Amino acid sequence: MKLNKWISAAAFAVSSLLAPASMAADEPLKVGFVYVGPVGDHGWSYEHDQGRIEMEQHFGGKVSTTFVENVPEGADAERVITQLAKSGHDVIFTTSFGFMNPTIKAAKRFPKVRFEHATGYKRSKNVSTYILRTYEGRYVSGVAAGMTTKTNVIGYIASFPIPEVIRDINAVYLGAKSVNPDVQIKIVWVNTWYDPGKEADAANALMDQGVDIILQHTDSPAPLIAAEKRGMMGIGQASDMSHFAPTAHMFSIRDVWAPHYIRTVEEVMAGSWKPEDYWGGFAEEILQVVSVNPTLPEEVKTAISSSEAKIKSGQFHPFTGPMKDNQGKEVIPAGKTLNDKELASVMWYVEGIDATIPK
Amino acid sequence: MDMELFQQILVAAIKTGTPLLLVALGELICEKSGVLNLGQEGMMLMGAMAGFAGAYFSGNLALGLLLAMVAGMMMAGIFALLSLNLNTNQVATGLALTIFGSGLSAFLGASLVGSTVNGFKPIAIPLLSDIPFVGPLLFNHDILVYGSFVLVAICWWVVNKTRAGLTLRAVGENPYSANALGIKVIKVRYIAVLTGGAFAGLAGAYMSLSYTPMWMENMTAGRGWIALSLVVFASWRVGYLMVGAYLFGVASILHLVMQGIGFTISPNLLAMMPYVATIVVMVIISSNPIRQKLAAPMSLAKPFDSRRH
Repeated sequence: MKLNKWISAAAFAVSSLLAPASMAADEPLKVGFVYVGPVGDHGWSYEHDQGRIEMEQHFGGKVSTTFVENVPEGADAERVITQLAKSGHDVIFTTSFGFMNPTIKAAKRFPKVRFEHATGYKRSKNVSTYILRTYEGRYVSGVAAGMTTKTNVIGYIASFPIPEVIRDINAVYLGAKSVNPDVQIKIVWVNTWYDPGKEADAANALMDQGVDIILQHTDSPAPLIAAEKRGMMGIGQASDMSHFAPTAHMFSIRDVWAPHYIRTVEEVMAGSWKPEDYWGGFAEEILQVVSVNPTLPEEVKTAISSSEAKIKSGQFHPFTGPMKDNQGKEVIPAGKTLNDKELASVMWYVEGIDATIPK
Repeated sequence: MDMELFQQILVAAIKTGTPLLLVALGELICEKSGVLNLGQEGMMLMGAMAGFAGAYFSGNLALGLLLAMVAGMMMAGIFALLSLNLNTNQVATGLALTIFGSGLSAFLGASLVGSTVNGFKPIAIPLLSDIPFVGPLLFNHDILVYGSFVLVAICWWVVNKTRAGLTLRAVGENPYSANALGIKVIKVRYIAVLTGGAFAGLAGAYMSLSYTPMWMENMTAGRGWIALSLVVFASWRVGYLMVGAYLFGVASILHLVMQGIGFTISPNLLAMMPYVATIVVMVIISSNPIRQKLAAPMSLAKPFDSRRH
C-alpha cells in the first residue's frame, strides 16, 4: 500500500543479502526506527525522525540508521520489527504505544538486539522504555489556555484512553484551574493518532460548543488549522506547528529526542547499556516550549515561562497531593507527589473534570 | 435537543458529506454506463495532491481545482484504457488503481507535506444567508459546497431528462443493443469513466483545499470506499445519493458532538458508526433482491466486446 514501505522492504532485502560479505570490525552500528505515522506528519513521528538524523550526524560514520514509517500498530509492526532485527540492526527504537507487545515478542526472538520502546510500560532483558514527561508541557499549556480563554471552556482532542493521555488531560486541567477557577474542559475522543479530517471535525465540534482554545493529543496540524479558520486559538503538539496557523498558534510543546538517542547509542557502544525506564522532561531539555506567539499578552508570556521554569527546577510537580479524583476519592495524599510508576498508571480524572473515562 | 445544536450538526454534516457526495456522484455516472471503478480512493488522493500542488505553486485555488480534475481524469484514463480497450477485469483493475494512486500521490507529494495554502473561505449569500435556520445551513458555505449542489442538479437532469442520459443508461443496461442501434459503447463509457475521475479529483481537492487545507499522505482516509457503498445505498439514483451522503455526514460527526455535550460512550463504538450504517443499509437493500436487481445497471462490471454479436 505504501510506497515507502516497499522501498524500505526492498532495502532490507538488499542489505541482508550484502550483510555477510561486508562484515568487518569497523562496521557502523546499525540503528533502526519504527514510526507509526509518516515522517512528514509534522508532529510525533517527524520529531522522532529529527532525533534520528541528529543522532546519526553526532556519531559521524560510526552509526548507520534505517527507518520504516507508517507502520500500523499490531501484527504488521511485529513483522517490521522482526525484519529490522533480522537484517542486523543492533538497536531498534519503536516509537508508539501500540508497538509495545510486538516489541516484546520480537525481543524474545532476538536476545542480542537492544530494543527501546517509547511510551510503554513493558520491559525485559533487552527492552527499555522511554517516555517524555509530556504532562509538564500540558500543565504549561493549561496555564496559558486558562488565562486566554474568554468562554472559560477549553477543548481537548484525545486519541486513546491510555494513562499517558489521561495524565495529560489532568495536567491541562490542573494548569488551567490554577489561574482560572471557572475553567471547564471538554474532551472528545477520536480514536486515532492521525486522521486530519477527523481531527478537524473534532476541533469544529468543540468550537461549536463554546470552546475557544483547542489542545490536541493527536499528531496532525489539522485542529490548529481549523482553529485558525475560525479565529480561535490552539497549542501545537510534539513539534513546532507555528507555520500552519500563524495567528491561532499560541506556542508548541516540542519533543526533542536526540539527547536520548545519542545517550542510548553511546551506552550500547560502550557496552554499558542496561534495560531501564527513562523519563525526561523540561529538566533534561528533551521537552521544550517553542515559538511562543509574540502577539500573546505579556502576562500570558510571563506565566508560560515562569510555570515552565518552576517545573524545570523541580520546585513544582503538577501531581502533588492532596488531590482527589472526580469521584471524590483521594488519589494523592497531602505532601506527596506521584512517582514515575504511579504516573504510568493514572487512570482517573482529577476533581473538577466533568467527564467519565471511556472503557 | 436545542435548535442551535441541531443546526450545527447539520452544517457539519453537509461539510463532511460533500467529499462523499462528489466522489459518489462521479461513480454513479460511471456505473450508469455499466463500468464499476473501485479506484475512487486512488483518484481522490491524486486529486487532493495535484489540487494542493497547483494551488501551492501558483497561489491560485481555481488552478488547483483544475489540476485536481485533470489528475483524477488521468487516473481514470488509465483505468479506461485497461478495462475498456483491453477488457481487463474491472474489479481487479479498480483495486490496482487505488493502490497505485495512494502510493503515487504519497511519492509525488512528499515535498509538499507541511506546506500550507489559504483554502476556500465560506461565502455568505446576501439575503438568503439571513433566513433563520435554512440560511446558515445552505447559504454560508464555500464555493465547492455550492458547486456540489449545482452538480447534483445537473447530474439529475442529464441522467433522467436528456437524450445523453438515455444513451448512458442504454449502454449500462445492454451495451449490445445499444451498439446495434449505432451507439458507440466504448466512447460513451470513456466519457462516463473520465467524468467519474474528474469528480473524484474534485472531491480530493475539497479535502486538501477546503476541508483541511493541507496535503498529507492518505489524507482521504477511506472516503472513496464509503462513496462506493453510497452508490448502492442510493440505488443508483442521484437524489437519494445526496440524502445518503449527508446521512453519512451525520453518522461520522454525531459521536464527536455527543461527546462534547457530555455523553460518554466508548470511542471504539462511536467510531464504528459510519461503517455500521453502511452495513445496515446494505442489509436493508439486499433484503429486497428484486428491487436491487431492478436498480443496478444490468451490465455493471461486464466488459463489452464489440466483436461479439
